[in-house]
Amino acid sequence: MADREERRFAEISRESVKFMAESSGVELGDDVAALLAEDVCYRLREAAQSSSQFMRHAKRRKLTVEDFNRALHWSNVEAVCGYGAQDALPFRSAKEGELFFIEDRDVNLVELALATNIPKGCAETMVRVNVSYLDGKGNLEPQGTVPTAVQSLSDDLLKYYQQITRAILGEDPHLMKVALLDLQSNAKIAALLPYFVYVISGVKSVSHDLEQLNRLLHMVKSLVQNPYLYLGSYVRSLVSSVMYCILEPLAASINPLNDHWTLRDYAALLLSHIFWTHGDLVSGLYHQILLSLQKVLSDPVRPLCSHYGAVVGLHALGWKAVERVLFPHLPAYWANLQAVLDDYSVSNAQVKADGHKVYGAILVAVERLLKMKALSLSQPWTPVPLPAMYCELYSFFGDSLAVRFSTGPGFGSYPPYAPSQLGEARKEAPGPASNPDTTRKMPQLTANLNISPRSLTRSSTSTSSVQRSRSCSSRSGQRPAGLSRDVFPKARFTSPQAGIPAFTFLIGGRQMGRRCQGRRPFQTTFAPTPPLPAVPPRAYAHKLPVIGRVGRPVRRWACSCYSLHLPL
Amino acid sequence: MIIIVNLGCTAAWWLARSPSSIIKGLSVWIRTNRVAGSCAVRVLFFFNLAHAHFILKMAAVQGGLVDANEEKDIKSEPANDTWANNNANDGRLPSASPGASAAAGAPEDQQTLLAVLQFLRKNKLTESVEILRREAGLPEDSLESKGADSSGAGSGGAAAAAGEDQPDVNVVLSAYSQQGDPVLYPVYYSGLKRFIETVLDCHRAELSQVFYPLFVHMYLELVYNNHESEAKAFFEKFCGDQECYYGDDLRILSSLSKREHMRGNETLLDFRTSKFVLRISRDSYQLLKRHLQERQNNQIWNIIQEHLYIDIFDGIPRSKGQIDAMSGSLAGEAKREANKAKVYYGLLKEPEIELPLDDEDEEAENEEGKPKKKKPKKDSMGSKSKKQDPNAPAQTRIPLPELKDSDKLDKIMYMKEATKKIRLGPDNLPSICFYSFLNAYQGLTAVDFTDDSSLIAGGFADSTVRVWSVTPKKLRKVKSAADLNLIDKESDDVLERIMDEKTASESKILHGHSGPVYGISFSPDRNYLLSSSEDGTIRLWSLLTFTCLVGYKGHNYPVWDTQFSPHGYYFISGGHDRVARLWATDHYQPLRMFSGHLADITCTRFHPNSNYVATGSSDRTIRLWDVLNGNCVRIFTGHKGPIHTLAFSPNGKFLASGATDGRVLLWDIGHGLMIGELKGHTDTVYSLRFSRDGEILASGSMDNTVRLWDATKAFDDLETDDFTAATGHIHLQDNSQELLLGTYMTKSTPVIHLHFTRRNLLLAAGAYNP
Repeated sequence: MADREERRFAEISRESVKFMAESSGVELGDDVAALLAEDVCYRLREAAQSSSQFMRHAKRRKLTVEDFNRALHWSNVEAVCGYGAQDALPFRSAKEGELFFIEDRDVNLVELALATNIPKGCAETMVRVNVSYLDGKGNLEPQGTVPTAVQSLSDDLLKYYQQITRAILGEDPHLMKVALLDLQSNAKIAALLPYFVYVISGVKSVSHDLEQLNRLLHMVKSLVQNPYLYLGSYVRSLVSSVMYCILEPLAASINPLNDHWTLRDYAALLLSHIFWTHGDLVSGLYHQILLSLQKVLSDPVRPLCSHYGAVVGLHALGWKAVERVLFPHLPAYWANLQAVLDDYSVSNAQVKADGHKVYGAILVAVERLLKMKALSLSQPWTPVPLPAMYCELYSFFGDSLAVRFSTGPGFGSYPPYAPSQLGEARKEAPGPASNPDTTRKMPQLTANLNISPRSLTRSSTSTSSVQRSRSCSSRSGQRPAGLSRDVFPKARFTSPQAGIPAFTFLIGGRQMGRRCQGRRPFQTTFAPTPPLPAVPPRAYAHKLPVIGRVGRPVRRWACSCYSLHLPL
Repeated sequence: MIIIVNLGCTAAWWLARSPSSIIKGLSVWIRTNRVAGSCAVRVLFFFNLAHAHFILKMAAVQGGLVDANEEKDIKSEPANDTWANNNANDGRLPSASPGASAAAGAPEDQQTLLAVLQFLRKNKLTESVEILRREAGLPEDSLESKGADSSGAGSGGAAAAAGEDQPDVNVVLSAYSQQGDPVLYPVYYSGLKRFIETVLDCHRAELSQVFYPLFVHMYLELVYNNHESEAKAFFEKFCGDQECYYGDDLRILSSLSKREHMRGNETLLDFRTSKFVLRISRDSYQLLKRHLQERQNNQIWNIIQEHLYIDIFDGIPRSKGQIDAMSGSLAGEAKREANKAKVYYGLLKEPEIELPLDDEDEEAENEEGKPKKKKPKKDSMGSKSKKQDPNAPAQTRIPLPELKDSDKLDKIMYMKEATKKIRLGPDNLPSICFYSFLNAYQGLTAVDFTDDSSLIAGGFADSTVRVWSVTPKKLRKVKSAADLNLIDKESDDVLERIMDEKTASESKILHGHSGPVYGISFSPDRNYLLSSSEDGTIRLWSLLTFTCLVGYKGHNYPVWDTQFSPHGYYFISGGHDRVARLWATDHYQPLRMFSGHLADITCTRFHPNSNYVATGSSDRTIRLWDVLNGNCVRIFTGHKGPIHTLAFSPNGKFLASGATDGRVLLWDIGHGLMIGELKGHTDTVYSLRFSRDGEILASGSMDNTVRLWDATKAFDDLETDDFTAATGHIHLQDNSQELLLGTYMTKSTPVIHLHFTRRNLLLAAGAYNP
């Protein structure tokens, strides 16, 4: 019963009430806090209930902050200020401590007041009539399209539109850059938005031309980044264009010389960017995207490049998407992929190369899934426990998975992003007793581990690794330089499972997973590339894709789980 | 001020009329409102004392929110009071027949009256107290003694409670302080459930109606008596049994688990103050009664007696389908006698106007090439206006403004247009034009067209009202006073000369409201525009100067809808305060207040003959009110969600209503019956309109479609049906698919307004949602 109750309503916990009271200098007893919490929940529900009335009368489907404030106003409660903006509020978690907060940026009022770039080109509200149905029969225009003349354009705008499109789709790269830059910052082009969206929807007609596709994607990026544009449900249209670039077997991909992979990678990043910045404009967008990606992935008839796109897309949408769609589907998909990879005939060479691309993409996606999963272990509701997941994945990828983990921050193409610290967490996981090698290399971390009473008491499960990852993340700066990359896997595969931590056991114990036989070569040959002379890199090892990994540090997204996003 | 044209001092008539109403048992008094200086005087009409409850309730709800700190004072009060009630109830229980409870109403009325007096006195409305006391024939000291009682001893009964800050809430809630073993509640309930499951099929559906109100009241009793966990368990156990259309109310109910929450919860107060009405056949009722008496199941019997009104009829028990069609409203079905009053639904006689048809008709002939059709049409027009409809109200039943010359001209235009009207039917569907509001990022909340389709107005969430000219004719303001002096007033084109060409533009923005504009309405003569807003005011705008003329303040809460009477001058408004008000443009105070709805009034419509108004509400009922005496003459139940739109058929006989449940229901006003259900929309129906001849019903919805329905067929089917108005038990056949003539998609634009032009072209409007 309590369960159902919780699912039905948002609950505010007693602790939260206490925190809030503390922050205003009041000490509350437990029972008082509990009573208060319950009352707060009730009042919230009541307010939500009455605010929905304002939504209904405004003939909207989406409840806004304003509706809520009106409800508060009419029940004589002060309105909540500062949340009316259209922009999504970034919800962040503080790594040290279980605290979540909304990032509240400082606004420079002086700058705002003296700003000269006040958007003027705001399109005016107007009424336009069109004959939709003549004599109740037949629609004169196809349904659901963007209205052709959203606003009668002024000559200036029309000229601007022509020049911009010409520049972007034209030959001159310099001109293109200028045009894109302007598109990104121009405050007066709201009226042109539908036109640009229409131009972009032309991706379908230029699928043979990678260059053009690329330019159109850049155009999407510029539009998305323009702070003066309200995309509204044009987001849907943009997303479908981008999805086209990710998923479709483009005409350009027939020729193996065309690098359509990069295009797909780029489009996937763009997709995630649109989603994270504008996803709230269209309800259910996330699920729609997931659904279409899933559809492509589970369709064996589709070419491998489409599958690649689906995987990259999922990866770009975050590890939760990977967990939800890719992970459960992996066993089924693996069989197909394996068949492709095991076919050494010459005629299959091209397909096989594609297969490796997909393989690599899955590996990268899965790897981050594991890392993020380990980071978020404090949330106990994850459907598949981490050890089991690792176990299953290891049965597919074998050593290569382990290798990816061990090649931590030092690896050349790795961005120095936050979750890589997890790699260390794994490394120190065996604990001081099991592996002297590790302890020697990370003295501070182990010391910390020993001191922390919580991690000692709860070290039997994998949660301990989280605790440690926390503790280590706090002092990652002190990490000794030149950490070698080979610590993790090789030494431990032979060693019997020792000590408490989960990972030693897992990797050591599941070396011969039930599905790994066929993929033996990967297990053995997927060695860390340069420093270990023991295993020579196989022919395809260097072919392995490096997806979305760029040496540059990530600038835009502070949140580590988006670390694979290119700075667009 | 040349704009407000005084249409005759009809208000005096209203007031003159009022005393006669008093004789009929209505009490009227004017009380001085000391709070808002702007609306100094208010007229309150009480049709009977039950409505006094309502006023108190509103006050209590408001008070409950404001004076939280004062609540402490009254905590001890209810116990005494209720115990008294309780004992009384217990005493008369075993022998009590269903009729007895009604008979016991008289002292209750007295008590209510006292409570009203106390309330007024507390608010220092001494004059009103005097008047009401005199009206009710109470001795002068009746109040005094009680008042002294309460202040002196502090242990008084009902009157003492009434003397406190929140009389009504306590009286209301105290009824729940009945003590019963909380553990036994589920036992009682499931006992009854078992019984009803075992009765004959024909009775089961009828008796099942008892479940929902019983469930709610039992739950509230548990909550009121602080058995929180028992209440929750009770709710969990049985909420799954309730009909799905009560889901919204159940959700509110389930969030309520503390006695403190019950104060100020409007839904709860609704439930308590109004008896839940059930219609049950005599046989089924006897069955239930016998069962409960055999089992000595007093708990349930108490609830049935106190909180339920069982409307017993003789005849065959109704089927599940019949019951489901009519139930769903907040307070059960309408009592049968509520729909018995005679309604004059016929149309008023059209004034006789000379029709200079000749030259115009020749043109029409040439255009259409159908000279034959001309004659019969003209005849029908003529006969319509000459014969008096037997169902029509007397021409002067309510005073209507006289026609001005300009109105006559407009009527002539209308008739000319009407001759060119397209006859619609299943084979001849109207063309649809869509008016898209583009770049309406501020949120379009309401739309209206003028009757001649020359202007369109939009109300927006940013508090503005915008008016556009749909024809090439631009919108112009009248010249300034100084410039007007220079005009030759004798010239023929003086009306043209007063306009200032410099101000010509395609659209005008009207600023004045301080909250979203939820309702908007053009006057029939196109000189005025009404807008109602969240800020609690209704504003009258002049479309000649494009300025605000009057702000009508009376609703102190958001006003959801307003509409001009088809004859102009009067307008109706309804809002969050659950009261619909009838106004005249030249009076800053309402002429009538229609109270009775249990939740917000969400939409208001005038009957084509201006004698009645219909209001739709969040309590999921539709009420029809008589403008003359303020009585509620019809209550329609059957919708399962808040009603958002209403439309009268052009002949005045039928009413269509659309709600958030996506269904459109059709009602016969004369008989007070539901006569059709149109299923098809998947989201809230925000707009309904009959074609000019009433053959087609168009409905527009949030699901981005316009649907056309065959209204003729829907109404014809009914007439061949043999139903008896006496019982009101309808058999609705599910023929929505046959009646649906077409579904028309918009371009991701919710349809929030529909309008048929005089030539039967359908106009739809909505904001494009990019």
